[in-house]
Amino acid sequence: MAIEVRIPTILRTYTAGAKSVEGSGATLGDLLGDLESRHQGLRDRLVDDAGLRRFVNVYLNDEDVRFLGGLETPVADGDTVTVLPAVAGGGR
Amino acid sequence: MLTISPALLAKIVAHARADHPDEACGVIAGPAGSDHPERFIPMLNAERSPTFYRFDSMEQLRVWREMDERDEEPVVIYHSHTATQAYPSRTDISYASEPGAHYVLVSTRDPDQEEFRSFRIVDGVVTEEEVRVRGDEAPGAGGTRPGAG
Repeated sequence: MAIEVRIPTILRTYTAGAKSVEGSGATLGDLLGDLESRHQGLRDRLVDDAGLRRFVNVYLNDEDVRFLGGLETPVADGDTVTVLPAVAGGGR
Repeated sequence: MLTISPALLAKIVAHARADHPDEACGVIAGPAGSDHPERFIPMLNAERSPTFYRFDSMEQLRVWREMDERDEEPVVIYHSHTATQAYPSRTDISYASEPGAHYVLVSTRDPDQEEFRSFRIVDGVVTEEEVRVRGDEAPGAGGTRPGAG
Protein backbone atom coordinates (compact mmCIF):
# COMPACT_ATOMS: atom_id res chain seq x y z
CA MET A 1 0.00 0.00 0.00
CA ALA A 2 1.48 3.35 -0.92
CA ILE A 3 0.20 6.82 -0.24
CA GLU A 4 2.28 9.69 -1.54
CA VAL A 5 2.81 12.56 0.89
CA ARG A 6 4.08 15.80 -0.62
CA ILE A 7 6.34 17.71 1.76
CA PRO A 8 6.78 21.51 1.75
CA THR A 9 10.27 23.02 1.62
CA ILE A 10 10.33 23.95 5.27
CA LEU A 11 9.71 20.35 6.42
CA ARG A 12 12.22 18.66 4.12
CA THR A 13 14.78 18.67 6.91
CA TYR A 14 12.82 15.70 8.24
CA THR A 15 12.91 13.82 4.93
CA ALA A 16 16.57 14.31 3.98
CA GLY A 17 15.47 16.84 1.40
CA ALA A 18 12.85 14.66 -0.27
CA LYS A 19 9.90 16.54 -1.82
CA SER A 20 7.67 13.54 -1.34
CA VAL A 21 7.67 10.40 0.75
CA GLU A 22 5.48 7.32 0.90
CA GLY A 23 3.57 5.80 3.73
CA SER A 24 0.61 3.67 4.66
CA GLY A 25 -2.30 3.65 7.04
CA ALA A 26 -6.06 3.47 7.17
CA THR A 27 -6.50 7.04 8.36
CA LEU A 28 -4.49 10.24 8.09
CA GLY A 29 -3.51 9.83 11.74
CA ASP A 30 -2.20 6.31 11.07
CA LEU A 31 -0.33 7.58 8.03
CA LEU A 32 1.40 10.30 10.03
CA GLY A 33 2.36 7.77 12.65
CA ASP A 34 3.84 5.57 9.93
CA LEU A 35 5.83 8.49 8.51
CA GLU A 36 7.10 9.36 11.99
CA SER A 37 8.74 5.94 12.22
CA ARG A 38 11.02 6.86 9.33
CA HIS A 39 11.08 10.66 9.65
CA GLN A 40 11.36 11.39 13.33
CA GLY A 41 9.99 14.76 14.37
CA LEU A 42 7.81 15.26 11.31
CA ARG A 43 4.54 14.37 13.02
CA ASP A 44 5.06 16.93 15.77
CA ARG A 45 5.20 19.69 13.14
CA LEU A 46 1.76 18.67 11.90
CA VAL A 47 -0.10 17.55 15.01
CA ASP A 48 -0.57 18.94 18.51
CA ASP A 49 -2.71 17.90 21.48
CA ALA A 50 -5.86 19.14 19.76
CA GLY A 51 -5.26 17.37 16.44
CA LEU A 52 -3.90 18.81 13.21
CA ARG A 53 -2.07 22.09 13.84
CA ARG A 54 -4.15 25.10 13.01
CA PHE A 55 -1.71 26.79 10.67
CA VAL A 56 -0.78 23.75 8.62
CA ASN A 57 -3.00 22.87 5.66
CA VAL A 58 -3.28 19.17 4.85
CA TYR A 59 -5.09 18.04 1.72
CA LEU A 60 -6.25 14.61 0.65
CA ASN A 61 -6.13 14.69 -3.14
CA ASP A 62 -8.07 17.90 -3.88
CA GLU A 63 -9.76 18.46 -0.53
CA ASP A 64 -8.77 20.13 2.72
CA VAL A 65 -8.96 17.43 5.41
CA ARG A 66 -10.52 19.93 7.81
CA PHE A 67 -13.71 19.34 5.84
CA LEU A 68 -13.30 15.59 5.70
CA GLY A 69 -12.43 14.19 9.12
CA GLY A 70 -9.15 15.67 10.23
CA LEU A 71 -6.88 12.94 11.55
CA GLU A 72 -9.73 10.41 11.21
CA THR A 73 -9.96 10.96 7.46
CA PRO A 74 -9.73 7.58 5.73
CA VAL A 75 -6.86 7.26 3.26
CA ALA A 76 -6.25 4.58 0.65
CA ASP A 77 -3.65 3.26 -1.74
CA GLY A 78 -3.11 5.69 -4.59
CA ASP A 79 -4.14 8.77 -2.62
CA THR A 80 -1.94 11.84 -2.47
CA VAL A 81 -1.65 13.85 0.73
CA THR A 82 -0.23 17.37 0.36
CA VAL A 83 1.08 19.47 3.24
CA LEU A 84 1.31 23.25 2.92
CA PRO A 85 2.08 25.52 5.87
CA ALA A 86 -0.56 28.25 5.99
CA VAL A 87 0.54 31.63 4.71
CA ALA A 88 -0.65 34.02 7.40
CA GLY A 89 0.28 36.87 9.64
CA GLY A 90 -0.82 40.35 10.50
CA GLY A 91 -0.21 43.71 11.99
CA ARG A 92 0.13 42.49 15.53
CA MET B 1 18.13 42.45 -2.07
CA LEU B 2 14.78 42.38 -3.80
CA THR B 3 14.78 43.45 -7.45
CA ILE B 4 11.29 44.27 -8.67
CA SER B 5 9.85 46.12 -11.65
CA PRO B 6 7.98 49.39 -11.18
CA ALA B 7 4.84 47.78 -12.58
CA LEU B 8 4.85 44.95 -10.04
CA LEU B 9 5.58 47.31 -7.17
CA ALA B 10 2.66 49.46 -8.29
CA LYS B 11 0.36 46.42 -8.42
CA ILE B 12 1.22 45.46 -4.84
CA VAL B 13 0.58 49.00 -3.59
CA ALA B 14 -2.67 49.27 -5.56
CA HIS B 15 -3.90 46.00 -4.06
CA ALA B 16 -3.05 47.19 -0.55
CA ARG B 17 -4.85 50.50 -1.12
CA ALA B 18 -7.89 48.80 -2.64
CA ASP B 19 -8.33 46.42 0.31
CA HIS B 20 -7.65 48.99 3.03
CA PRO B 21 -8.77 48.85 5.85
CA ASP B 22 -8.48 45.08 5.52
CA GLU B 23 -5.04 43.58 5.07
CA ALA B 24 -4.21 42.63 1.48
CA CYS B 25 -2.02 39.66 0.63
CA GLY B 26 -0.57 37.81 -2.32
CA VAL B 27 2.34 36.24 -4.12
CA ILE B 28 4.61 37.12 -7.01
CA ALA B 29 5.81 33.94 -8.65
CA GLY B 30 8.99 33.60 -10.66
CA PRO B 31 11.02 30.83 -12.30
CA ALA B 32 12.43 28.44 -9.70
CA GLY B 33 15.92 29.48 -8.70
CA SER B 34 15.80 32.80 -10.56
CA ASP B 35 14.96 35.10 -7.64
CA HIS B 36 13.11 37.13 -10.28
CA PRO B 37 9.52 38.13 -9.48
CA GLU B 38 7.38 37.97 -12.62
CA ARG B 39 3.80 36.79 -12.17
CA PHE B 40 1.53 38.80 -9.86
CA ILE B 41 -0.99 36.66 -7.96
CA PRO B 42 -3.23 38.64 -5.57
CA MET B 43 -4.81 36.30 -3.04
CA LEU B 44 -8.03 36.46 -1.08
CA ASN B 45 -7.51 37.31 2.59
CA ALA B 46 -9.70 34.59 4.08
CA GLU B 47 -9.67 36.44 7.41
CA ARG B 48 -10.89 39.73 5.85
CA SER B 49 -9.44 41.52 8.83
CA PRO B 50 -7.69 44.81 9.46
CA THR B 51 -5.15 43.06 11.64
CA PHE B 52 -4.73 39.55 10.24
CA TYR B 53 -4.39 37.79 6.92
CA ARG B 54 -4.45 34.21 5.81
CA PHE B 55 -4.51 32.67 2.35
CA ASP B 56 -7.65 30.65 1.70
CA SER B 57 -6.52 27.03 1.96
CA MET B 58 -8.02 25.85 -1.34
CA GLU B 59 -6.78 28.89 -3.25
CA GLN B 60 -3.33 28.29 -1.79
CA LEU B 61 -3.39 24.67 -2.97
CA ARG B 62 -4.40 25.75 -6.47
CA VAL B 63 -1.72 28.44 -6.67
CA TRP B 64 1.04 26.26 -5.22
CA ARG B 65 0.20 23.42 -7.60
CA GLU B 66 0.14 25.83 -10.52
CA MET B 67 3.58 27.19 -9.57
CA ASP B 68 4.86 23.63 -9.32
CA GLU B 69 3.54 22.78 -12.79
CA ARG B 70 5.13 25.92 -14.23
CA ASP B 71 8.43 25.27 -12.42
CA GLU B 72 7.99 28.46 -10.42
CA GLU B 73 8.34 29.34 -6.80
CA PRO B 74 6.94 32.12 -4.61
CA VAL B 75 9.63 34.81 -4.99
CA VAL B 76 7.64 37.47 -3.15
CA ILE B 77 5.00 36.97 -0.48
CA TYR B 78 3.41 40.31 0.29
CA HIS B 79 0.84 41.66 2.68
CA SER B 80 -0.21 44.99 4.08
CA HIS B 81 -0.47 46.48 7.53
CA THR B 82 -3.26 48.98 7.78
CA ALA B 83 -2.46 50.74 11.05
CA THR B 84 1.08 49.77 11.89
CA GLN B 85 4.50 50.07 10.31
CA ALA B 86 5.67 48.03 7.36
CA TYR B 87 7.73 45.70 9.52
CA PRO B 88 7.13 41.99 10.27
CA SER B 89 5.06 41.46 13.39
CA ARG B 90 5.40 38.55 15.82
CA THR B 91 2.72 36.66 13.92
CA ASP B 92 4.37 37.40 10.57
CA ILE B 93 7.59 35.93 11.88
CA SER B 94 6.05 32.88 13.50
CA TYR B 95 4.10 31.91 10.38
CA ALA B 96 6.80 32.62 7.80
CA SER B 97 7.23 29.26 6.12
CA GLU B 98 8.93 29.96 2.78
CA PRO B 99 12.59 30.53 3.63
CA GLY B 100 13.46 31.45 0.05
CA ALA B 101 10.85 34.18 -0.31
CA HIS B 102 11.16 37.93 -0.03
CA TYR B 103 8.56 39.04 2.49
CA VAL B 104 7.22 42.39 1.33
CA LEU B 105 5.32 44.57 3.76
CA VAL B 106 3.28 47.57 2.70
CA SER B 107 1.75 49.92 5.22
CA THR B 108 -1.39 51.83 4.28
CA ARG B 109 -1.65 53.68 7.59
CA ASP B 110 -0.91 56.99 5.85
CA PRO B 111 -3.40 57.76 3.06
CA ASP B 112 -0.89 59.90 1.17
CA GLN B 113 2.31 57.93 1.38
CA GLU B 114 2.73 54.18 1.36
CA GLU B 115 5.61 52.38 3.03
CA PHE B 116 7.11 49.51 1.03
CA ARG B 117 9.83 47.37 2.60
CA SER B 118 11.22 43.91 2.02
CA PHE B 119 12.60 41.32 4.41
CA ARG B 120 14.00 37.83 4.65
CA ILE B 121 12.52 35.74 7.46
CA VAL B 122 14.51 32.57 8.08
CA ASP B 123 14.31 30.44 11.23
CA GLY B 124 12.57 33.25 13.08
CA VAL B 125 15.22 35.84 12.18
CA VAL B 126 14.17 38.98 10.28
CA THR B 127 16.65 40.75 8.03
CA GLU B 128 15.61 43.85 6.12
CA GLU B 129 16.90 44.11 2.58
CA GLU B 130 17.29 46.74 -0.06
CA VAL B 131 14.55 47.09 -2.68
CA ARG B 132 15.88 47.79 -6.15
CA VAL B 133 13.18 49.05 -8.49
CA ARG B 134 14.17 48.13 -12.00
CA GLY B 135 12.41 46.40 -14.85
CA ASP B 136 11.59 46.09 -18.52
CA GLU B 137 8.74 48.55 -18.32
CA ALA B 138 11.08 51.43 -17.62
CA PRO B 139 14.37 50.91 -19.45
CA GLY B 140 17.11 53.09 -18.06
CA ALA B 141 14.98 54.02 -15.08
CA GLY B 142 15.15 52.55 -11.65
CA GLY B 143 17.06 53.09 -8.49
CA THR B 144 17.18 51.82 -4.99
CA ARG B 145 14.48 52.53 -2.51
CA PRO B 146 15.56 52.51 1.11
CA GLY B 147 13.00 51.46 3.68
CA ALA B 148 10.57 54.30 4.30
CA GLY B 149 8.61 54.98 7.45
